[in-house]
Amino acid sequence: MANKLKVATTSLAGCFGCHMSLLDIDERLLDLCEVAEFDRSPLTDIKHCSETVDIGLIEGGLCNAENVHTLREFRKHCRILVGVGACALNGGIPALRNHIPLQECLEEAYLHGVGVEDAQVPNDPELPLLLSKVHPIHEVVKVDYFLPGCPPSADVFWKFLTDVAAGKEPELPYELVHYD
Amino acid sequence: MKPYHISIDGQAVPYQPGQTLMEAATAAGVYIPHLCHNPEFKPHGSCKLCTVKVNGRSASACTLPAGEGQEVQNNTPELNATRRAITRMLFVEGNHICPGCEKTGNCQLQAVGYFVGMLDTHYPHFFPTRRVDASHPDVMLDLDRCILCELCVRASRDVDGKNVFGLAGRGLQTRLVVNSASGLLKDTAFSVGDKAAQVCPVGAILVKRKGYEVPIGERVFDHHNIGEVSLEHDQAVLGADHG
Repeated sequence: MANKLKVATTSLAGCFGCHMSLLDIDERLLDLCEVAEFDRSPLTDIKHCSETVDIGLIEGGLCNAENVHTLREFRKHCRILVGVGACALNGGIPALRNHIPLQECLEEAYLHGVGVEDAQVPNDPELPLLLSKVHPIHEVVKVDYFLPGCPPSADVFWKFLTDVAAGKEPELPYELVHYD
Repeated sequence: MKPYHISIDGQAVPYQPGQTLMEAATAAGVYIPHLCHNPEFKPHGSCKLCTVKVNGRSASACTLPAGEGQEVQNNTPELNATRRAITRMLFVEGNHICPGCEKTGNCQLQAVGYFVGMLDTHYPHFFPTRRVDASHPDVMLDLDRCILCELCVRASRDVDGKNVFGLAGRGLQTRLVVNSASGLLKDTAFSVGDKAAQVCPVGAILVKRKGYEVPIGERVFDHHNIGEVSLEHDQAVLGADHG
């Protein structure tokens, strides 16, 4: 196939579980690679999105400034932006920290945690600052599709990608939709 | 005696005078999505999921009496889109983090989300910070998940006779409260055997030490959508009423 679909992926405030679930399509990955090639992704060494990417898969919600930066890069370059997994959809488990003021979270982890020595909250400018709350990605950029699940099953990825590769409107049958 | 009929999506549905649209539909095997309605209790009319068009006008099927000549629209793309929007509103208003909720797979709000094809929440999330009340030895309350259906209020008041729960506050501040001086569940007569401990359609009232007991694949909505489950339950209740 002359023009393969370009697929970029990233994990923001994610656990990489959605990427593992994508890899759970197992040997179908070989079929996928016949019609698609990976652009920027944790699975490749490409540092930034190509000018035009067909599909961007975003795992994870937004928990820090770099997440927002990365998400905007994906939106700028991806024709179809896809929120993958519960975290991208509504913040997910990481959003449970929204109950606790950020300062308290940092102090618990870096100052008062068990076994902490030379206690200080990391403040090197190289480190991205945390957002005061965790947010789903649709609150920052327009998202074209969501694949719910924690994680979405391999069959969800397969159905979505094969639908797009076939030029069809992606559709998930009832059995493939779950939020947990 | 002349049989009474309404029409739902073009299908003739018989009714007894005094029945609501919901009762007539349920008896005829027609599912109308709902969360705050449970035929064991008086109708409430708060969730608005059962909104149907009756002769062109919107109405709640759980509260509107069936009447001769009613042309009801129920399963239409427009109404289901409205129900999807309502379900999204309920999701963003609370903290419905299904992957970490003991009710997942058995939750009616989640199942309605699946039924109406909700794949995202669309609206900005409120991320409320409401209190968890784990004071009671057998039952805990996670008010972040409460959808204010008042089923526990109705069950505690009308069935258990204990009046443990109520809604307080106005507008977005409306919340479930516990009727004790401390506001804690442990200081009420509430018991795990109460009807009110069983009726919560979401993960707001949870019986302790029961979480994740049912394997994935065997939970209520794993293989049956809420239309099927709901009709079975509601028809059994209606049958018992008339039987």
